[in-house]
This record gives sequence, C-alpha cells and structure tokens, in this order.
Amino acid sequence: MALQSLDIKARSATTTPSPQARGAIPVAKLIDISKCIGCKACQVACMEWNDLRDEIGSNVGIYDNPRDLSDQSWTVMRFSEVEVQQGRLEWLIRKDGCMHCADPGCLKACPAPGAIVKYANGIVDFHEENCIGCGYCLTGCPFDIPRFSKKDRKAYKCTLCSDRVAVGLEPACVKICPTGAIVFGSKEDMIHHAEGRIADLKERGYANAALYDPQGVGGTHVMYVLQHGDQPELYAKLPKDPSVSPLVSLWKGVAKPLMSLGIGLAVFAGFFHFVSAGPKEVEEEEERS
Amino acid sequence: MSTSIQRYTARERSNHWVVAIAFILAALSGLALFHPAFFFLTQLFGGGPWTRILHPFIGAVMALFFIAMAARFWKLNRITPADRQWMARIKDVLCNRDQGLPELGKYNGGQKYLFWIMVLCMLLLLASGIVIWQPWFAPYFPIWLLRVAVVLHALAAWILILGIVVHVYAAIWVRGTIRAMTRGTVSEAWAKHHHRAWYREMTGK
Repeated sequence: MALQSLDIKARSATTTPSPQARGAIPVAKLIDISKCIGCKACQVACMEWNDLRDEIGSNVGIYDNPRDLSDQSWTVMRFSEVEVQQGRLEWLIRKDGCMHCADPGCLKACPAPGAIVKYANGIVDFHEENCIGCGYCLTGCPFDIPRFSKKDRKAYKCTLCSDRVAVGLEPACVKICPTGAIVFGSKEDMIHHAEGRIADLKERGYANAALYDPQGVGGTHVMYVLQHGDQPELYAKLPKDPSVSPLVSLWKGVAKPLMSLGIGLAVFAGFFHFVSAGPKEVEEEEERS
Repeated sequence: MSTSIQRYTARERSNHWVVAIAFILAALSGLALFHPAFFFLTQLFGGGPWTRILHPFIGAVMALFFIAMAARFWKLNRITPADRQWMARIKDVLCNRDQGLPELGKYNGGQKYLFWIMVLCMLLLLASGIVIWQPWFAPYFPIWLLRVAVVLHALAAWILILGIVVHVYAAIWVRGTIRAMTRGTVSEAWAKHHHRAWYREMTGK
C-alpha cells in the first residue's frame, strides 16, 4: 500500500533508474521457527494494523486458520507435523507471507508502471492504485504469495508494514510476538542475531539448523531460522532453492525487448522493400489482353 | 476496360474486417501490457485496468470470427506441388520477376503458409488466453501452467503480429489487391497474372 515516505529503488514496468542518491540500510524480519508457539498473535496484529477482516471459514481438522493467504490475510501460520527422527514428533509452525525478495519476481513480471516497488531498504510493496489486475505477479512469485481481491481485482500481500517502518516502528507482527520469535532490524543485525540462535540450536542437537536467506532470489528481507535447515520443504513446502521461473525470466528478460524490436524491424523491412523493389503491378498489355 | 471478377462475397469481407478490427485492438492493448514502452497505449482503452478488462474480450471476438473465416477458407489453403514450386522462387516473386511462375489457384504458397501459421497462432492465443484470463478462468489453473501460458501467449501474439505485418504489406505491395477485400472484386488482369488457375475456373477461359 502506498502510504509511505520511503525512497523507491526499483519500480515495475519502468525502464529508467529510480532516484538513487539517498541510501538506506537494508532491513529484515527474522522469524525464528524454533521459538514460535503458533499463537497466531502475528495474524491478529496484521489484521489489526491493516484493518483486514477475512471471512470466517470452517474447521477443516487442522490448526491452519485461515486456511490460506488471501487479500484479507497477508500472513498465516502453517502447521506441519513431521517426524524427522522416527518416533519423535515435531510440530513445525511457519509464519507464511511475503519474503520481500531482493530480486522480486512479482516486480519483474508486473506490466503496470509503479504497481510494484522495492524501497531502498529492501521492502517490496504493492501500490494497488496502479495495479491493473492482470495477475502476472502470481507467475513471478516463487513463493505463491500474492492474492487477488474479489472486490476490486487488485493483488495484495504483506507490506512488511512499510508505513510503520517509514516512521521508525517495527512491523505489527514483530511488535506483538510474545516469544520474541519475530525480530526486526537491519539485515546485517538480523543475520548476526540468527547466527547466535543457530549456534544455540546446534548445541541442543539440531545439527542442521540454518538461516533461510535464499540466494536464488538475491536473498530475502524476511528470513527464517530453521531447525532443519537442510530440509526447508518440511516447513509446509518452503522451497529449498527458490528462484524466479526461467519462463518468466525469458518472457520479461530477453523476449520483451527483442520481440518488440522484431516487430519494428518487420515494418521497416516492408517499407524498404517497397522503396527498393517497388509495387508489384500488372502490366498494361496484360490488362488489355 | 477490363471486367471484374468476384473474389470475396459481402459476408466474407465483413467477416474478414471484424477479425481485422479486433486484431488491431487486441494487438494494441496486448502490446500495452507486454513492454513498458507501449504502456501509453492503455490510454486508448481508458487506462490500465480497462485495457486489462477489455483485451481478453476483444481477443475472444477475434478468435471466434477467425475460426469462422478459417473454416470457410480451409480447403482452399491445402498446399499443392505448384505452391512448393512457387515458394522455391520466392526471391523472384519479391523482386517482381513474375515471368514463368507456376499457375496458381485462389491462393499462392505464401498466402497458404501464412494461413496455417495464423490458424496455429490463433488457437494458441485462444487456449493460453483463457488460462491467464483474470478473474474468470485463471484461478482454476495451477501457477506453473499460467507461466507456460503467458510465454506461449506472448510468443504466439508476436508471430501473429509479424504475420499480419507481412499480410498487410503484401496487400499494399501487390497492386489491385486491396479492392478484393473492400469491394470484393479484382480485375481480370490481376486474376490472370497472380492466380491463373483460379481465373480459368472463374471465367472458363
């Protein structure tokens, strides 16, 4: 959403650079899954701050509620029951939502100028007033995050509380988290903090504990501490090595300028054929004969 | 004064122009959403959201009327050995050296190959367009299919636009052709020169 006073670093469907003079410290939200108790306070805080109210769904026999992300639910807890070691049940609870990629596929795919922006501090935001409702952002996102509103046909997702961050506040979910599982700060600090957590987890027997900051999308501004860092798929199918689909990269990479150029060249080829070879006319004698 | 030969009926001409007008609108609105350089074209359709709303409906009209037209011209576009001979001499055709070209029916090899390319592109555009049509159909398809569809849609549209550039240019370049689609007739000399077998069939000469 566009109530912001943050500098924009990248802008969808824009071929010239955005103003770059002012710098900003990259920020990050760190979600430590080993500390999460699944209370859903973060969901409530998100609804509260953004004035979102999802439809009341029905109980489908699992703790996930709401069942999925929507235009009214920008973050949901996903509960996975796994047995990494035989006979040792673990409940992995992942707070799902936009990962705020450094190289955002949604922004790459978006055809509407300024509908998706990346701020200098790394937050990726949708400016819905510029959104045309085409759904291309869905094809760009490697995490399946953007959701359409049935009311206004615009795409919505977590803003990382860009409006709060702009005035020096932490995101609402961070503020409310009762166990300190969600923390917010400069990306550098968050990586440092994660290192301490990972060392602690390793001591406690989680040999593969690791930070999730996938480099396939240039790193993310929402990171996880995973107890089983070698198997991110355990956490409700968190992709192991996410990247923007090669099809989208092809389409919005080389194809876009080359195909446009090709159409221009075809028109020129016709024009120059005409001025060199001339029109194909049926000769007079033939006409009379 | 040479006499005229009927090439297209009023119904065929109308069908052609519905497809042509829809194509122009679909191409302009589609290009607007393809490259930022063309985004200004959304102004012709009432802005970004309206362009996105209208484009698929325009495309559907184009595809449906094209299918009706293609069904009508299907049989006339079968490739024959004479077409292959004609295609082998495409360089002479382009340089306006038309002496000794094989006798052709209603369409030449270039027209026929273009016809089949357009049929293929139109079907691809229709199928992929339905898959990515927000909000009516896209929610029913998995995201991997949307990704395949957006790329195929762009590719098929590109080939179709190039094909139409050739089609329009050929009509301008070969004098006496455009009236076939505006008034429905061509001159006897035009028919005799470009499509002699068809000319014989039509006149019995």
